[in-house]
Amino acid sequence: MTSDDGDRPYDVQPGDDVHPGKPVTVDRYTVGARINHWITAVSLVLLALSGLSMFHPSLFFLTVLFGGGQWTRAIHPWIGVVLFFSFAGLFIRFWKANLWRSEDNTWLRRIRDVLAGDEEKLPELGKYNAGQKFVFWGMSALIIILIGSGIVVWDEYFYPFTSIEQKRIAILVHAAAAVVIICVWIVHVYAAIWVRGTIGAMTKGRVTGGWAWRHHRKWLRELVGKRVVGKTSAS
Amino acid sequence: MFPPIPNPPVAPTSPGFSDKDLIRRSASSVPAPATRQTEVAKLIDVSKCIGCKACQAACIEWNDTHQAIGVNVGVYDNPADLTPEMFTLMRFSEWENPQTNNLEWLIRKDGCMHCEDPGCLKACPAPGAIVQYANGIVDFVHDNCIGCGYCVKGCPFDIPRISKVDHKAYKCTLCSDRVAVGQGPACQKACPTQAIVFGTKDEMKEWADFRIKDLKSRGFENAGLYDPPGVGGTHVMYVLHHADKPEIYANLPRNPTISPLVELWKGVGKYVGLGVMGLAAAAAVVHHLVAGANRVSPEDEANAEKLTEGRHS
Ligand code: HEM
Ligand code: SF4
Repeated sequence: MTSDDGDRPYDVQPGDDVHPGKPVTVDRYTVGARINHWITAVSLVLLALSGLSMFHPSLFFLTVLFGGGQWTRAIHPWIGVVLFFSFAGLFIRFWKANLWRSEDNTWLRRIRDVLAGDEEKLPELGKYNAGQKFVFWGMSALIIILIGSGIVVWDEYFYPFTSIEQKRIAILVHAAAAVVIICVWIVHVYAAIWVRGTIGAMTKGRVTGGWAWRHHRKWLRELVGKRVVGKTSAS
Repeated sequence: MFPPIPNPPVAPTSPGFSDKDLIRRSASSVPAPATRQTEVAKLIDVSKCIGCKACQAACIEWNDTHQAIGVNVGVYDNPADLTPEMFTLMRFSEWENPQTNNLEWLIRKDGCMHCEDPGCLKACPAPGAIVQYANGIVDFVHDNCIGCGYCVKGCPFDIPRISKVDHKAYKCTLCSDRVAVGQGPACQKACPTQAIVFGTKDEMKEWADFRIKDLKSRGFENAGLYDPPGVGGTHVMYVLHHADKPEIYANLPRNPTISPLVELWKGVGKYVGLGVMGLAAAAAVVHHLVAGANRVSPEDEANAEKLTEGRHS
């Protein structure tokens, strides 16, 4: 699935490619990956809005977005099911490139430089940095917790399978996990906005060579190296 | 005999309490009502119950519910549990008294206890779906109910039931509509032995005292009143011949309280949750103001071009 030029495959993924030019452009996400991502994103936002409307009375007004309280209550778990399967797709696509590497530890130790945007002081990185990996693994774990606890309190279909005490624990876990995943989502969206040039990766599928050089140089080098030996992948 | 509540007048009567007399309203606050009305209560004297289920029949009739006809599974409980169509249920327990070696047939009329501090109302996320009137009655307002089942998790007595038909929560109303016009609940009206009586909470406590003295004089030395303080007392109380062992009455909880999990979820949980999400958003804004955008520089682009020089796309 990655470069097969003899070096240990790093984390170039199917569809990743580099096109020389002025500026250089780099393919980062396939159409499939982008559709998959946006289905996940829309479901997550709808889940957060419908869930929050039941979480705090001051947010109950959000139920109008879903056609009232009854609709909100009924639809929320189904959107959860969509999110679960859609995220499973992303997981299968991205997990390999999110495995932890030694430079991720260095990156974390220099988190001050990261926050200051001093990327020259950081190690060269593959397709994802440690922050992106945190978002990926955090979302993965939290979505499992949310679907697990969500099913326990999905009374319409699963009421008889658990005790009331278990449901009390589940709803508390569900609410807490929801708060955490919303925070992870804020970090994720903010990072995409702060690091200019990132959003194009998920809209057009491409970033510029300068972006890849600045933020994911190891990945860029590997993509270019792939071309050096002439083994162009057709993907 | 407790003086029965007289029949209603024929002339229309205006209700004694309404939406203006709420002391609690779920997921919202209410202005304090003009007066805290005299608290009412229903007293169920388990020692006088003969298990005839007239109260269950009266409940179905008054509330116009349609409990499906069940099957005999060899016990007297019918239906097997409370349902969205059966707001009260006689629960029969056979208990062998170790002191007397007598088999005692304990019959407890189960249903909403109308807690002074109602867990259902605390848990409810829908504004106004659960209310408590100034006389203590806890009522579900079905127009506002969203069917989430949080009241089920909030209730220490496992009372509310969600309808599979309209997805709304149902339970005993203490016949708030009847009480509003000076009547007692339908079950009380139907009870042939005065095992159910209705009046002000003080009257009911007084009557319970009298009944407990009577039971004690007959050898039930642990007779007592069930008015659990953990939920602030209840507006449905029991006289139990064995008040030291409430569990023998079909698992009546010994010291019911709103679960600490529910208190956490509906108490600090809400504020901490909103606070943490707010902080995350604020941190993002502050960071952007301080650090500015992280932009790709022309040198970065030039470096990328140098790296790819001589390669063909
Ligand atoms: C992944 C599958 C999920 C399932 C099956 C699920 C299911 C549920 C259910 C059954 C409820 C109770 C209300 C109702 O019946 O609609 C609920 C409440 C809630 N959900 Fe989810 N959910 C899921 C994912 C999520 C996600 C991803 C979020 C946040 C982004 C979220 C946030 C919430 C919140 C905040 C509440 C309200 C909790 C409270 O009232 O304190 N849920 N969920
Ligand atoms: S017994 Fe349950 S349903 Fe009735 S008032 Fe108390 S908490 Fe609410």
